[in-house]
Amino acid sequence: MSKKIISFALAATLGLTATTAYADILSDVKAKGYLQCGVTGGVAGFSAPDSSNNWSGLEVDFCRAMAAAIFNDSEKVRYTPLTSQERFTALSAGEIDILSRTTTWTMSRDTQLGINFVGTMFYDGQGFMVRKADGIASAKDLSGAAICIESGTTTELNAADYFAANGMEFNAVVFVDQDEVVKAYEDGRCDVYTTDSSALASERSKFANPDDHLILPEIISKEPLGPVVRQGDDLWFNIARWTYFALLEAEELGVTQANVDEQLGSDNPAIKRLLGVEGDFGTPIGLTKDWAYQIVKHIGNYGESYERHVGPSTPIGLARGLNALWRDGGIQYSPPIR
Amino acid sequence: MSETAYVRTEMVPSLPAPSRSSGFVAWLRKNLFASVGDTLLTLVGAAFLIWAIPPLYSFFIGNAVPPGGTVEQCRVESVGACWAYIAARVNFFIYGFYPISEYWRPNTVFALGALLLIPLLWPRIPFKRLNALLFFVVFPVVVYVLLNGGMFGLRPVPTEQWGGLLVTLIISLVGIICSIPLGILLALGRQSKLPIIKTLCVLFIELWRAVPLITVLFMASIMLPLFMPQGMTVDKLLRALVGVTLFSSAYMAEVIRGGLQAIGRGQYEAGASLGLNYWQRMGFIVLPQALKHVIPGIVNNFISLFKDTSLVSIVGIFDLLNTIQAATADINWAAPTQAVTGYVFAAAVYWVFCFSMSRYSLYMERRLNTGHKR
Repeated sequence: MSKKIISFALAATLGLTATTAYADILSDVKAKGYLQCGVTGGVAGFSAPDSSNNWSGLEVDFCRAMAAAIFNDSEKVRYTPLTSQERFTALSAGEIDILSRTTTWTMSRDTQLGINFVGTMFYDGQGFMVRKADGIASAKDLSGAAICIESGTTTELNAADYFAANGMEFNAVVFVDQDEVVKAYEDGRCDVYTTDSSALASERSKFANPDDHLILPEIISKEPLGPVVRQGDDLWFNIARWTYFALLEAEELGVTQANVDEQLGSDNPAIKRLLGVEGDFGTPIGLTKDWAYQIVKHIGNYGESYERHVGPSTPIGLARGLNALWRDGGIQYSPPIR
Repeated sequence: MSETAYVRTEMVPSLPAPSRSSGFVAWLRKNLFASVGDTLLTLVGAAFLIWAIPPLYSFFIGNAVPPGGTVEQCRVESVGACWAYIAARVNFFIYGFYPISEYWRPNTVFALGALLLIPLLWPRIPFKRLNALLFFVVFPVVVYVLLNGGMFGLRPVPTEQWGGLLVTLIISLVGIICSIPLGILLALGRQSKLPIIKTLCVLFIELWRAVPLITVLFMASIMLPLFMPQGMTVDKLLRALVGVTLFSSAYMAEVIRGGLQAIGRGQYEAGASLGLNYWQRMGFIVLPQALKHVIPGIVNNFISLFKDTSLVSIVGIFDLLNTIQAATADINWAAPTQAVTGYVFAAAVYWVFCFSMSRYSLYMERRLNTGHKR
């Protein structure tokens, strides 16, 4: 009887498996006609279902940008929501082509898991939120404050380090659960709430009066979030990496979704190279000459995507900060396309 | 003389019962204040209700924002449930990421399912055999073709886009429908005298019962891809379906074995003496009695299976609970009670389904009660 069960399970399994010939990822993706993109199960601003049930967010835009570069069509993406435990397995097992899921770039991940980080789509890090009424403008003013913290996390340690390094003191009000921390801060049991700044922002958007709260400009830890590809396919890695750079380069050169057609006639040689008017940088990475034009045409540049999903005009309302271009005081920087 | 009557010729009109033993006050005395202990309990209960009801009322009704409200109404201090948010996102909770233009497909599946299931559950309606054939054999194929598409000019919709209540129902129905026959076979196998079959069944049952479902799902979604040849993937939903089915069939087997053990040896022997072979004996004599005994246990399994489907959310499948959780990240509806309202809605939906299952099983038990009830 068990044999029957096993053979039934096997038959069912084999009947519904999709086998793909394993060449390079680009040819595979082109052959199946869509890009399989691993995303979160819902993190506001990064990858979350929007009101019309489509995935949207900063990290979703990256997948769409890659699809635009490969297919000239940003809709040819399929999304696989992944938990944080299964994300790397899914990537190395080839279930997804690219992982764009609020993944922090660390050395051990980069070197030990058989994966490569493409770049930093978003420089996240631990920040502080306070009530505007308290009149605090900088984390340096927080000496003696009561801070709501989730216990047993790196958040707690980071805060302790930061205060010790700056010769300040604080009273930790510790909770085991993130929701309790938020509740305690809302109820006024502490002056400050600290966690990663993107999470601060999305929690703030749920408050009854989000405008009464301020996220301080200081970031006290490094959480660079970026897309990830499998190791061992340098062509695919280059496509992902230069998709990211093209988004940055377009912003730096002032090429936007709205003016990209106009910019085709620009005299600026850097714009000409970016948009494929002069030289051909797409073919060597297996794409078309106008790959970057397609990215900007479909997605816009990095700044536009940022503004759309997490920028100050959205309910999340995060200032550019470290994520501004290098010339605006941030650290987003693209090597020249030439 | 003859006029004198010592015996009454008419009945004394009955008086109303003394007010101490009838009416509202007496009911109160009997049911709520019969003793000191009862009185205390009543007072504690009343205090609890007075303490609990007003905040609940103001959360669910009083301060709540009714469907059709706006997000601004939900974004105020001490707002109640934000039903407007549920109403706005209810499509997402039912269909997940299923393309909006293709909603008619899951709708057809729901309608067909109800159309086939209701007559199947209603004993008075004839054509049970045909009905069962349609429901258990034809319907799954239709569901697969309709939902998955890619045939008959239907646009393909990969399972990643299936979600919400649709997926919860698919997983639980597949689990329920497949685990019964598998469970029966395993239970019979475990009682078999053939050593290999018996050992295999015991091993299977004990293995699956000894592992938590969450581990099974993690194995299926994290370990399985590592064992597969590079580039070969099994659909995620299918992995969860197989995991849930095998898991629940092991439990089902033990429940059914309990029923089999309640059947006296004489029944088996009587069947054998009639010249029935093994399958006839089981099918005509033993199983109908055994299964009837264990209806509560079987339904218990169904209910816990239905609720356990929410565990698939940890492997990234968008069942009802997970869509509700994911929608919490929708900043267009960000409000203080957004998440709570979502969870309350999820609880209500689960309750409706589980409660109906439990009522139906009670009805079935009463109907099949042929003298075994104790």
